[in-house]
Amino acid sequence: MAKEEASEPILILRGITKRFQGITALRQVDFDVRAGEVHVLFGENGAGKSTLINIIAGTFQPDEGAYRFDGLHLSHLTPHRARGAGICAVFQEFSLAPNLTVVENLFLGREIRRGGILDLATMRRRASDLIEELGFDLELDRQVGMLSRAHQQMVEIAKALLGEPRILILDEPTASLTEREAGRLFELVAALKARGVGIIYVSHRMREIRALADRITVLRDGQLVRTLEAAGVQDADLVELMTGRKIDGLFPTFDHKPGRVAIEVQGLSAARGAVCDVDFVAHAGEITGIAGLVGCGKSELVRAIYGLEQIEHGEIRLHDVAQNTLSPRHSLRRGVVYFPANRATEGLALARVVRENASMSSLDVREIARLGLLDTRNERSLVQQAVDRLKLRPPNLERPAGRLSGGNRQKVMLARGLMRDLSVFLFDEPTVGIDVGAKREVYDFMGRLLQAGAAVVVVSSELPEVLALSNRLYVMHHGRIVTQLEGSEKTEQNVLASFFRSEANAATGAAS
Amino acid sequence: MTVEEADMRSSSRGDLRALSRWISAIGILPVLLTVLILGMCIIDPRFSGVANVTNILRNASVLAIVAFGQALVLIAGGFDLSVGAIVALASEIAAVTMRWAGTAFPEQDALIIALGVGAALGTGILVGLVNGICVAVLRISGFIATLGSMSVTLGIALIITNGIPVYGLPQSFITQFGRARWFEFPSAAYVAIAILLVLAFVQRRTVLGRYLYAIGGNSEAAIVSGISTRRYQIAAYVISGLLAAVTGLLLTALVGSGQASFGGDLMMLQSIAAAVIGGVSLHGGVGRFGMVALSAIFLSILSNALNLLRVDSRIQPIFIGVILICAVALDEIRRRRTVHD
Repeated sequence: MAKEEASEPILILRGITKRFQGITALRQVDFDVRAGEVHVLFGENGAGKSTLINIIAGTFQPDEGAYRFDGLHLSHLTPHRARGAGICAVFQEFSLAPNLTVVENLFLGREIRRGGILDLATMRRRASDLIEELGFDLELDRQVGMLSRAHQQMVEIAKALLGEPRILILDEPTASLTEREAGRLFELVAALKARGVGIIYVSHRMREIRALADRITVLRDGQLVRTLEAAGVQDADLVELMTGRKIDGLFPTFDHKPGRVAIEVQGLSAARGAVCDVDFVAHAGEITGIAGLVGCGKSELVRAIYGLEQIEHGEIRLHDVAQNTLSPRHSLRRGVVYFPANRATEGLALARVVRENASMSSLDVREIARLGLLDTRNERSLVQQAVDRLKLRPPNLERPAGRLSGGNRQKVMLARGLMRDLSVFLFDEPTVGIDVGAKREVYDFMGRLLQAGAAVVVVSSELPEVLALSNRLYVMHHGRIVTQLEGSEKTEQNVLASFFRSEANAATGAAS
Repeated sequence: MTVEEADMRSSSRGDLRALSRWISAIGILPVLLTVLILGMCIIDPRFSGVANVTNILRNASVLAIVAFGQALVLIAGGFDLSVGAIVALASEIAAVTMRWAGTAFPEQDALIIALGVGAALGTGILVGLVNGICVAVLRISGFIATLGSMSVTLGIALIITNGIPVYGLPQSFITQFGRARWFEFPSAAYVAIAILLVLAFVQRRTVLGRYLYAIGGNSEAAIVSGISTRRYQIAAYVISGLLAAVTGLLLTALVGSGQASFGGDLMMLQSIAAAVIGGVSLHGGVGRFGMVALSAIFLSILSNALNLLRVDSRIQPIFIGVILICAVALDEIRRRRTVHD
């Protein structure tokens, strides 16, 4: 690899300050990007990463500070002008029109025209060239709304690259990609680097940072902590810089004491084929993990257990009692709670305050409401206890949930688990989009549940996480459970191998 | 520019900012209302006369009651276009029932009135139930479901009486209720205040209130939290229908006849305007009934002021339309500022 230590930054930000309604999101931050480097932005949620990339992409105007791109002072930048100058961003929130096809989306806003008429042939050719070059598996004429999240992410990336960017911003790009797709994305990042594109990369995942970063800028509470060369940096140092405190080891070690069977699933098919003939057991006192690629049905499995998916076949037994009527309400009454993966769409009512969000699933409990009348004092004290145990910051019960960071939103949701008597906890992607400090707090929460003798089920696409947390690990592939791993068998290699084995089986099955 | 000038500019900008922060804290509505009342007291002495104030209070109460129902549905994430039509149908059903009961049970005013009131309220509940089932069970959007039921309801109201007012109500219903003033205030005001108190209690202290806000705030989250969203959505539409029927009764008692021309499009528009100007969000999950009452008073005073100032009554819908759009725009700006990642 060529060393270009001395290369001049193409993007320089100096003394950037940004306030929202009196709250300072960024204070005097300096940041620069050189051509052909990957510059990782690292920090907890609410540290100001989003604000910074939004300023670079022209979405927000900074209140103070200077912005130089390619030697020119830029002010009053808009997303359109930034794009025109060669600054492209791929945000977590997609900018795609779901009703249009892949090609139409790629060229949206910069259609190739010939005499005022769309030049469909040229656009198709360029789109298919680009997609081939990227190695993405995308059909040009599919409607974007019909694609999986991972595929939509690919469209979004392709769209950004079509503009031949000089600066590319990637905001947690692997959050919804499978391992293999992520691998391809990394190759792509390397190729872009070689072409001299400066890449700003936001991620919480240590492995990616280690693999990709040239330099790392750490933000904390809206301020620049340090910009450092990535070579030779230890994970622990980064986490310490980010949180301002020492955290020993990302995953805690749990003391699993498997007791009686809490959930037993037999021959379950559900969610219109997303779950296929699944047998599954979760014991009290242990964490049962479910691993698998995005879209393998692992999330649908726990949702079916909770009563959110249509069940076509099979039986679900809870504490040895067969369940006939499955609905969230019945499940909660029987002591089962589910924490959904997407906190904004399924978890919280963002306009409502923390207190109401935390007690939402417990208003049928006698301590809080009788005969339809609320005991607001009891409610408040129960919620207060729950959020205190989860270390919500700020611990203000009357703040709208929408004003909290990702980690704190997750804590509000988890508080629901402390508001009533529960014995089975189903976690769906419990740490997606939250920072390392909050992750650790979520793990500690699981640890306390375990000590109290609860059955905990963790569904996660982050392989290291489920591997480390679970006592027994199920691996799902195409709606089926392909293997169950325990003890020393619980390794990344074994999980990945089971995918390939199942692919191979499917292939030979089809051939014969 | 000299230093002083720059200073003055920045300080006046600071004042503006402080003002806008203060207004956004208490809302712009009380400010507008105060300005309007003070201005009218100065411009026109008739404005503060007893007759005029009674008139304003009557109109405001009637509007507020419909708007409460509308607000409830909006808070739960829905939309109720049928309220105006329910007002009309409930008025006619009440009048027709009372006329019939008057011949069946002559001189028994209490019974006659009870039957009429019951029939009207039943009508409101029924239309609300149909709306609720269309939305919660058949999954039709609230906008379309209530647009359809508005048309059906109004059609029925016109067929029943061929559009001719229905007379023959018991006199006591009109004199001792509709046109009565208790302790100087019109009867409608007491009804509106009673409903406001009940709704404020429902909002703060009952599971029903909490669930409506939760469902409007995020229906998916409500489902995951084990709330039977269908039941509560239906409840919101039923309450809205019921309150529209109460309004129909008040108007019937005031005018002394049942009319298909009560309510209608204008009342539907005004009820949405009152709710939205009162800070109820069209995205659901946000709104307070006290503010809705205040905005109903504001709209009634505004329309009264325009009458006193001899502004053509045909121009008034234009005012309401413009104010409605401004209120929604303000709501959007507020949302953009508070909820972002």
